This record gives sequence, C-alpha cells and structure tokens, in this order.
Amino acid sequence: MVAQNIGFAIIATIMVIAAIRVVTTSNVVHAALWLVVVLAGVAAQYILLAAEFVAVTQVLVYIGAVMVLFLFGTMLTRSRIGVNSGLNNRYSNLGIPVAMVLFAAMSLALADSFGTEKLPSDGSLVTTQQISDQIFGRYLLPFWALSFVLLAAVIGAIVLARKD
Amino acid sequence: MHSLLAVVIPYWGQSLLRVLGGLVAVLLPAGTIVYVFLFKMMSFMQSRLGPMEAGPYGSMQLFAEVGKWLQKEDIQPDNADKRIFRMAPIIVLMSTFLLVAVVPFGPDAWFTNFETGVFYALAVSSISVLGILMAGWSSANKYSLLGGLRAAGQLIAYELPMVLAVMGVVIQAGTMNLQQIVLAQNAGSIFGTDIVGNPYVLTQFVGFVVFMIAVQAELTQAPFDMPIAESELVSGYMTEYSGFRFLIFFIGEFATAGVFAMIASTLFLGGWGVPFSWFGWTSMDSVANWMNVAGPLIVFTKMMVLVFLIMWIRFSYPRFREDQLQRFAWKVLIPISLANIMVTAVLKVAF
Repeated sequence: MVAQNIGFAIIATIMVIAAIRVVTTSNVVHAALWLVVVLAGVAAQYILLAAEFVAVTQVLVYIGAVMVLFLFGTMLTRSRIGVNSGLNNRYSNLGIPVAMVLFAAMSLALADSFGTEKLPSDGSLVTTQQISDQIFGRYLLPFWALSFVLLAAVIGAIVLARKD
Repeated sequence: MHSLLAVVIPYWGQSLLRVLGGLVAVLLPAGTIVYVFLFKMMSFMQSRLGPMEAGPYGSMQLFAEVGKWLQKEDIQPDNADKRIFRMAPIIVLMSTFLLVAVVPFGPDAWFTNFETGVFYALAVSSISVLGILMAGWSSANKYSLLGGLRAAGQLIAYELPMVLAVMGVVIQAGTMNLQQIVLAQNAGSIFGTDIVGNPYVLTQFVGFVVFMIAVQAELTQAPFDMPIAESELVSGYMTEYSGFRFLIFFIGEFATAGVFAMIASTLFLGGWGVPFSWFGWTSMDSVANWMNVAGPLIVFTKMMVLVFLIMWIRFSYPRFREDQLQRFAWKVLIPISLANIMVTAVLKVAF
C-alpha cells in the first residue's frame, strides 16, 4: 500500500495547488484550465482506487465535455488575454469560511462512516458489469428519475434558445 | 508480452518496450501516411508526380520537411498567452499517445489491457479538443479563435455519433475490452459459417459507416475541415504556429488519423487477428506465439486500408458549410446510430 499512498500524496498535492489557483488566478480561462488539472487529478485518484470505469467516465464527462463547453462559453463571451479585473466581488472572502465548514463537515462524515474500513486486499475489483447490473437493476428508479431531470434540462435549453 | 517468443522479460524491460512500442506505433504510421497518401496519392489524384527529388522516388522528402520545420524560428505572437500557447500542441499530441495505449497488436503484444478499452479510447480522444481550444484562444488572433471554436463545436457534435456507433459493437461483442472484441470477431461465426470469423464490418455495417464519418470529422479532414479552412480562416487555430510547434500539430493530425484507423480496424475489421478457424485456434490461449510478430503487421495493413478511405474522401469532396455540418451530425448521424443500437439490441436478444 505504500506506493499507492505516495501516489495519492503527490496527486493530492497537485490537486490542492491547482484548486487554489482556480480561485486566485486573475484570468478566467486560466481558472478553467486549472480546474481541468483538478478534475484530471480526481480521475487519477479513481485509477489508484482501481475504479477504472469511474475514472474513464470522469475524463469523458468532466474533461471532455463539461470543461470544453465551459471554455467554449468563456471564450465566446469574455475571452480577453491577460489580467482581468473585477473577477472577485466583495463577498469573495466569505467563501473561505464556507469552504472550511464544508471541509470539516465532509471530513467528519467520511471519518465517521468509513473510518476503519479498508479496501479488500485480495484485489477483487468491481467490474463494469457489476456497476451496470446495479444501475439497471437495484437503482433503476433513481436512474430514471435522474434521466428525467436531464431531459427537463435539455427541453429547457431548447425553449430558451428558440426564437419563435 | 510476458513471454514474447519464449523469452521472459523483466517488468522494467516490459515497461521500456511498451514506451518504445508506443513511440513507434504513433510515429511510424504518421510518417507512412504523410508520405504515401499526402505526398504521393494526392499528387497522383491531381495528375502530378509529387515530391521526386529527395531520395529515391521522393521517399526522403519527409525527413527534409521535418528538418526544415525544426530549424525554423519559433515565433510567438506578442499578445499571445505564451504559456498556454506553448502547452497547446503538446496536449493535442498527448491525446494521441494516450489513445494508442489501448490498441492491441497481438495476443500478448498490448500496451495496456483495459477492461473498458473502447470507453477509454473515446474519453481520451476528447482531450485533444482542449488543446485545440487552448491553441485558438492563446494565439490572440480572431481567425485562430474562430477556428478553435468551430473545431470545438464540431468535435463535440461528432463525438456523440462516434460513441453511439461503437455501442453496437459493444452490444454484439458483450464486452468493452478491445482484446475481447478482437477475440469475439475472429472466433465468431455468421450463421454457422466461420470462414471469415465475424468481422463486425459485415454485421455492424451501419455502425462502421457512421464511425468512419465521425472519425473523418474528428480529424477535421475535408469535407469536415471547416475549423482549419485555409481559404477563409488561414488554417484556423494553427495560424500563429510555426517551426516545431506546427510540426507537433502536423504529426498529431496524421498520427491521430493512424490511431483512429487502428481503433476502427480493431472494432470492425478484426484487429490483429486472422479468423481463428484457419489455424484451428479456439481461444486466446491457443493462439500461436508468432501472432505477436504478425499481429502488428496485420493491424498496420488494415490501418492503411482505412486511412486510404479517409484520405480518398478528403481529396475528393468539397467542404461542408458550418450549418450543414452541424445539421448532418445532429439530424442524420445521431438518429441513425440510435436506431442501429436499438436494432442491434433487439437482434442480440432474439438470437
């Protein structure tokens, strides 16, 4: 497990630095690109946990789609090169205590519920088939509910974009 | 690669071999494609000889070109966002190298044997969009920005039919592992006849056509070259690049063509395998060891056939307009591939 711990530490450090740069950098596009680093770090952490399918999904959805659309929108609207002023509004410092409280709450919740649990050491992995069996079997109803939410969002986007 | 040709290789040796193999698997097809198709085939189609001076039959032209690019001045525009500008071509090329990592070349000759190989390939291929957007934005040039935005719009639009077209293959093979997909095609049979195995180009022909059209668009080759339209956008996101940074984009373009063709040949043409019935093989373990050497050559041959198709269409058709291009993706390809998934799923359950 030592090698995994070292890997985790390196990736986590990169992620923390990148996450801080997301909120401190003075250029919107740079912030988005730092966010890509954070999300790629998340994917790397999933790989360390042998959660291959989740890691690939992370790359496909967040880096390949969400961040590309994000950059696309930013570049279409406010794509100035160099330092942008007025990125922070006057409540931006309020974010620090909020982030602290969130961090504390999540650490407490995680330590409380998974504090002593360990990954199975026999290398038995959750296969993609098991994931799909769970999604389309046991969790079918929440899955459908989620897809209705997405459908509503798509229809909403079409309604907003139509001119007539 | 554990006992390639009955020689046991230690772990570090295997890793080294894989890295070297990855370099070869990206650069060799790229060079071959540029010489055979871009220099020679295009010239013949236009009734001219193409490069003839450098080396016998112009075969050293490529090295001359690379030398030219390497010694050119590395120009970066004054107003450019320099760091992002330098990073962009590397991210595009990185996506290609990540992509080749899942292509199997033989029973033991693979780089990584991902359980979710197809899914991984589709995911990392989308990373190149980031590099293109970065290049377009950081050049501080409105043509570049327009090119980058067009490229992003096009690549997002055509990624969907690509994913959906692959779905048919995944349903039919029952796995997302590329090695297993190769096995399923070569050990399979169509209605009991196993003389050619079951290459999915026969049973998934609709998926194959949609996939190849989507690949054409992902590579921004004509008729889908709106993002780099040289007559209106002066090469789009690449306008400001020169010297070796342009070279990286150039290699990236043709290497990605090669790697996508390899993935297409793995998904639809049986990959590294020959129909197992020819040699009486039944499973992956019974495949003879020499396939580790013959496999890469077979993949390379199939890749050349598919790249020939891509280039043939590239040199033959005029450019789509932006609205035609988007309409074609959303209103033609996606419905067709969705219908293909439904038909495949029904037939899979029925048989």
